[in-house]
Amino acid sequence: MSALLEIREVSKSFGGVQAVTKVSLDVQGGELVSVIGPNGAGKTTLLNMISGFYHPDRGHIVLAGADVSHAAPSRIAELGVARTFQNIALFRGMTVLDNLMLGRHVHMKTGVLGAFVYWGLAQKEEVVHRRRVEDIIDFLRIQDLRRRPCGSLAYGLQKRVELGRALALDPKVLLLDEPMGGCNHEEKEDMARFILDVNEEWGTTIILIEHDMGVVMDISDRVAVLDMGIKISDGTPAEVRANPQVIKAYLGDAKPATERRDG
Amino acid sequence: MADRLTLPRYLLRNAAQYAGRPAIREKDRGIWQTFTWRQYHDHVRDIALGLAALGFKRGDKLSVIGDNRPRLYWSQVAAICLGGVSVPVYQDSIAKELAYVLNHAEVAVVVAEDQEQVDKILALKDTLPTLRLLVYEDPRGMLQYRFPWLRSLEEVEELGRRFGAEHPGYFQAEIDQGRVDDVALFAYTSGTTGSPKGAMLTHANLVATGETLSAAEDIRLDDDWLAYLPMAWIGDSLYTLVMNLMVGFTVNCPESPETVQRDLRELGPSAVLAPPRIWENMLTGVQVRAADAHGIKRRVFERFRDAAERAEILRAEGKPVPLGLRLALALGEFFVYGPVRDQLGLRRTRWAYTGGAPLGPDTFRFFRSFGINLKQIYGSTEVTGLVSLQPDAEANPTTAGRPCPGVEVKIGDKGEVLVRGAGVFKGYFKNDDATREVVEADGWFHTGDAGFVDPRGHLVIIDRAKDVGALADGSAFAPQFIENKLKFSPYIREAVAFGDAKPFVAAMVAIDPNTVGSWAERRGVAYTSYHDLSQKPEVRALVRDEIRRGNETLPEAQQVRRFLLLTKDLDADDAEITRTRKVRRRYVAEKYAPVIDAFYARRDTVELATSVTYEDGRQGTLRATVHIEDVAETPVHV
Repeated sequence: MSALLEIREVSKSFGGVQAVTKVSLDVQGGELVSVIGPNGAGKTTLLNMISGFYHPDRGHIVLAGADVSHAAPSRIAELGVARTFQNIALFRGMTVLDNLMLGRHVHMKTGVLGAFVYWGLAQKEEVVHRRRVEDIIDFLRIQDLRRRPCGSLAYGLQKRVELGRALALDPKVLLLDEPMGGCNHEEKEDMARFILDVNEEWGTTIILIEHDMGVVMDISDRVAVLDMGIKISDGTPAEVRANPQVIKAYLGDAKPATERRDG
Repeated sequence: MADRLTLPRYLLRNAAQYAGRPAIREKDRGIWQTFTWRQYHDHVRDIALGLAALGFKRGDKLSVIGDNRPRLYWSQVAAICLGGVSVPVYQDSIAKELAYVLNHAEVAVVVAEDQEQVDKILALKDTLPTLRLLVYEDPRGMLQYRFPWLRSLEEVEELGRRFGAEHPGYFQAEIDQGRVDDVALFAYTSGTTGSPKGAMLTHANLVATGETLSAAEDIRLDDDWLAYLPMAWIGDSLYTLVMNLMVGFTVNCPESPETVQRDLRELGPSAVLAPPRIWENMLTGVQVRAADAHGIKRRVFERFRDAAERAEILRAEGKPVPLGLRLALALGEFFVYGPVRDQLGLRRTRWAYTGGAPLGPDTFRFFRSFGINLKQIYGSTEVTGLVSLQPDAEANPTTAGRPCPGVEVKIGDKGEVLVRGAGVFKGYFKNDDATREVVEADGWFHTGDAGFVDPRGHLVIIDRAKDVGALADGSAFAPQFIENKLKFSPYIREAVAFGDAKPFVAAMVAIDPNTVGSWAERRGVAYTSYHDLSQKPEVRALVRDEIRRGNETLPEAQQVRRFLLLTKDLDADDAEITRTRKVRRRYVAEKYAPVIDAFYARRDTVELATSVTYEDGRQGTLRATVHIEDVAETPVHV
């Protein structure tokens, strides 16, 4: 069976900097795959290529059998790929509800004129989408935040709303770029729970970039490790943890463990 | 008593008589979803039959754990229909407390709201020999959970529908077997001493108390009530479960504990029951918003608030309100009082009660002056939650109200309040000794509260009878009385007074982190944590002034002379207070023995090592050197 998402030897450079070099990764439908690596390893670049934000210099990205290496981000979103960003990208002045409704945009068919009149089809459509958004609000337990402007929320809650906005797209593949970055312990636990629930209950395929090793090893089906733009390991959490190359990438050579940088 | 109905019979009556009327609503997906009495009945029947199919028998016990949800109420009623007993437990109980209650009550079935509660029970499963079945309402996150004794409520209802088709008439036959003297509910008291005790309440207790409340207060079929207080509390069982069945009005379940304020406003309930803490929070909310308002708005608010207060004082003293003031009130109703009531969600509220602990007179007067019919109610678990309440014209912040019709009250030895009536419970489950201690052969129940009856016939509660002691000079010492005076300060959240057999009164005080926090921010006092905030010199001075103010309302001998600020709030997880926020005095005295020594040994600091229980049950210890403060300018001499 071919994978839902196939990344075949993609490379990307910015000026003289080789960010990603010949990275291949197959992701099966329903899998939860984490991509880890030290800062500057090329994780976000890889994610940006999948979401169509960048296009690979060489290599191909195949989503459900279609080559999307050079497709526009909007096209890739329509194909069912949603993402969250390392630095939260919500409309700060808009309410949580409006931000989530905006996430439904891909699925809305009413034109500007219809929406302006707000009658008949436009109204019916709004009700359908609102129901889906309410499911997500219930799922993420943010019922009390519906009418709050996103900018006024605590950081961890904004991260949660951003996940909700991505879920509103009803994605087949969900790309999460450090969803727990900057969160406290409790917020991390909540977020890990939500990610697992999305994966288990909705069968959503998830590609996760995360620095917290505890969380990654706990929730991932598979872990891929990048270092200097090259994939150095790919396997179950236990395999990856035991891989000497990974230990070297993270700890360096013969450095004391206290200088470890994984947070 | 023979003409009284059992609770399930009220359910059958409602399903026939009020079939299409709304029985219970739940806010879900942002919308109030309504269930009619017909639907309420059908769900209860299906759950009951499902439980029967899974082996639930007469006399079996069923616990519900979670926030107020229609399905949890239905599960309780279903168990009662089958001749079982409902044992609601506090949803924020820690594992040890939960295990104690479930084991002591010999609970066979637990119905849990969600994964969080299911996980708690799963972790305890090996220590719960009587538990046969765990049912969950919300399946979220439990896809991978596979145990033969774990089922979703939906599954149980489906089983019930099949069982019902095979056994027609089963449900009705079980209800017919029920007698009014059967025990329907175990209400566990979160006792201030020792382990919780399970008060057995019969159908007769519950229904009689429901009738008493209906006779004493204006309750109507088209009322809307909000169910937001813990389901394990007798108040919720009586006001939500029993009154709902008996009167047929509509109960409304909020979306989540965080949305209660907004849901209250949307709903505008006809009646509200709330502990003092909630009234205080509401008042603080209004005050903060008024203080944040600009120029003319704030002045308008303040002017009309003062007018309302003056009028309320006159009314309380029975004096006439002058014409000018009456005109101001009419204008104020339009510009200030009405809108404020609307903001609070109390626009349609005909009456509101506070109980469980005293409410500050200023707070009480504020709500009354703004046109909210706030009154005091008094009761205890063992008398099905109701002894006395204040009739409309007799509201007063200091009394517990007039004994309800059919409830006898007298004052016994040491000023203890004794109660007799149809609401007095059947006894504590598996604890006859404790039952004999509190119920006399002729039916008088010892409330354990010290109090007296005032000339108007109102009951006044002073303190717990066993806590009333004497200072070294022989003058009476009622700790709760003193603590309440201190707690009327918005900056003081909890206080524990010492003084029995001591030369003077000293107190440990826990600050309210919200009000003190914003006070500190306004003054540019930087702080990091509760601990840090509580030990700031500015905060200690603030609390000293507040205690001085409280002292002014106390007799000389009862005034607080020394105090310290605790580095953490008293917490039910640490067994320092009960889930209903009553101080467990003896335990606290033991735990803080070094503090008490330091108070009376005239030391100025004390090494405080407090153990903390985290939410997952782990224990930790916080150590700190804490200052002891003298309230007077010149230190007291011992």
